[in-house]
Amino acid sequence: MASVLVCVKRVPDSSSEIVLTDDGQAVDGRFAGFTMSQHEQCAVELAVQTASATGGEATVLTLGDADALEQVRAALAVGCTAATHVVADSQQLGPADVAREIAAVVRDHEAAGRPHDLVLLGHDAADTGDFQVGIRLAYELGRPVVNGVTRVTVEEVDGRPVVTASGDGPDGHETYRVPLPAVVTVLEGGVEPRYPTVPGRMKAKKIPVEERELAAAPAGPARVRWSLPPAAPSDVHVLGKGPEAAPAVVDLLEQLGVLAR
Amino acid sequence: MILVLVEKDLAGAAVEVSLETLTFARSLSDAGGGVPVDAVVVGDVSPALQSQLAAYGVRDVHALGGPGFAAFAGAAWASGLETVLAASRSVVVMAAGTPRGGEVLAHLAARSGVAMAANVVAFDGLAPFVVRRQVVGGQAVEEMQLSTRPTVFTVAGHAVEAAPAATPGPATLVEHAPEVAESDLVARVVSTEEPAPDLSGSLKSARVVVGAGRGAGSEGGFDDLLELADLLGAPLGVSRVVTSLGWRPHHEQVGQTGSRISPDLYIPCGISGAIQHWAGCSSAKAILAINTDPDAPMVTKATHAVIGDLHEVVPAINAEIRRRRAG
Ligand SMILES: Cc1cc2nc3c(=O)[nH]c(=O)nc-3n(C[C@H](O)[C@H](O)[C@H](O)COP(=O)(O)OP(=O)(O)OC[C@H]3O[C@@H](n4cnc5c(N)ncnc54)[C@H](O)[C@@H]3O)c2cc1C
Ligand SMILES: Nc1ncnc2c1ncn2[C@@H]1O[C@H](COP(=O)(O)O)[C@@H](O)[C@H]1O
Repeated sequence: MASVLVCVKRVPDSSSEIVLTDDGQAVDGRFAGFTMSQHEQCAVELAVQTASATGGEATVLTLGDADALEQVRAALAVGCTAATHVVADSQQLGPADVAREIAAVVRDHEAAGRPHDLVLLGHDAADTGDFQVGIRLAYELGRPVVNGVTRVTVEEVDGRPVVTASGDGPDGHETYRVPLPAVVTVLEGGVEPRYPTVPGRMKAKKIPVEERELAAAPAGPARVRWSLPPAAPSDVHVLGKGPEAAPAVVDLLEQLGVLAR
Repeated sequence: MILVLVEKDLAGAAVEVSLETLTFARSLSDAGGGVPVDAVVVGDVSPALQSQLAAYGVRDVHALGGPGFAAFAGAAWASGLETVLAASRSVVVMAAGTPRGGEVLAHLAARSGVAMAANVVAFDGLAPFVVRRQVVGGQAVEEMQLSTRPTVFTVAGHAVEAAPAATPGPATLVEHAPEVAESDLVARVVSTEEPAPDLSGSLKSARVVVGAGRGAGSEGGFDDLLELADLLGAPLGVSRVVTSLGWRPHHEQVGQTGSRISPDLYIPCGISGAIQHWAGCSSAKAILAINTDPDAPMVTKATHAVIGDLHEVVPAINAEIRRRRAG
């Protein structure tokens, strides 16, 4: 039985154009859609699969403002069965703060008889992109960490739970096998996150969410400011719309001399 | 001292992004009055690698060897870096923003209790030390102040062009075989499956590249694009979405964490043109973007564009090429 904690962050959807706040400290939420990053959606899916395969529990955790409850509910709707919300402005937290706060939750839950054998995180958050919370968390907890994998399974080896995790590395597809408790960070691509069903959503609404405050005063990020690169003037020559543009395209290919054979 | 973690390819040569990072380190060194740049390599340093590093102005090449480094373990590599850091009295530690580079430096930063900046593209000032890095999926740039020592950061792929030094360095080999704590080896690679053969060489040198992104729609959505590539004798280059979803192999990826291409013509189809993709194709002489969205960055940055569904436009282009060739 493996109890899994999965950490998700409410982030602005960066696939559409973004606007920054005047002080350059954040994305202006008035003009943004919000989501959970792709890596974390896969981490949630792996958490739910692992919990159900081993008869354990999958708990979702977020540090964020009141609106971050939306991402917590999204994870509950696809199979997480418990939730913790550390209410804080995530823009005011640096990666070391986030790691320390997650560690505090893990320790408190353990003291309350709910240990989390496996903590799953995304490889990098889609907004601040610090690429380090999972690794810092591992040092906070004194646990081993496997970074940037796409597949995760837990099984008993000689009566002890072991996590097998694998992903593509520079030398090929690499496998790690680590005794629990452990921390693993996930990259998208290994599993297909499931869609919430209507009953799933209904059930999610009824699950109580543990609310907490920050355990310690944050040191904050080392951000000076964010800015948007100036828009470059476009001098694109549009050859046409749809298949009718094909002759113009092939004219261009001839003109550039790339059609010869 | 500036220390750069240099990664090797399967043939034992420095990877391009590590050479870019050495180039970045030299510009930092120049701004700082010429502090030496040292390299760290895990495993063997061949004479060819040593002369490659000399060409990039490296003073000392620190080689980490011994049983603790036989298989990859992020914590073990970081502990090796700590050994070299102490020996070389370095104040800055850099790596390319690769999976290994980011992982090892995050370990080092966590162990040292210092900040780490990921995906740096430039530095603004030395005192205080301010870097610029990519955030929000590359849409925004963050100015970040790094005031702790050692200063730890990774450099985004293809943010600078790799350029050998005006004066080569001695690249003196210094060997280290530090003991690695058992706890740093718990999470280590226990097996590696052979990767698909790396065919990215032809992509990097191609005169024409046909690009494909999420707009291809599915693993089965590449037939017309492959036909166009075939008609033009061009390799296929893809976005990271395409490799992450397993639609095409990683060696076809163009961008910051893939290849940098510089063809006479790049034809990105169904690719939005995120900054991380652009980093790999910005030196194409001409770009013909095919996209349903006239406002996609790839379209506005291209020299030429067709607005439309690639599944309609590309077959029409293929038919037109065949028609003209037959005629
Ligand atoms: C650290 C880091 C490193 C990264 N490295 C890389 C990298 O090396 N290379 C890389 O590519 N990305 C990289 N990325 C990802 C990058 O930010 C983008 O997410 C990615 O490039 C988007 O891929 P895409 O353009 O295929 O997909 P999308 O952004 O989803 O764009 C799809 C495009 O296709 C168009 N489209 C949809 N349907 C059709 C159709 N039928 N016909 C025509 N057009 C259509 C849409 O209008 C849209 O413009 C990196 C990201 C990070 C954070
Ligand atoms: N505010 C947060 N709440 C919960 N999890 C977070 C938060 N910030 C970061 N994380 C987790 O840490 C991962 C890596 O983030 P980062 O190191 O900031 O790029 C993310 O993918 C999340 O899983």
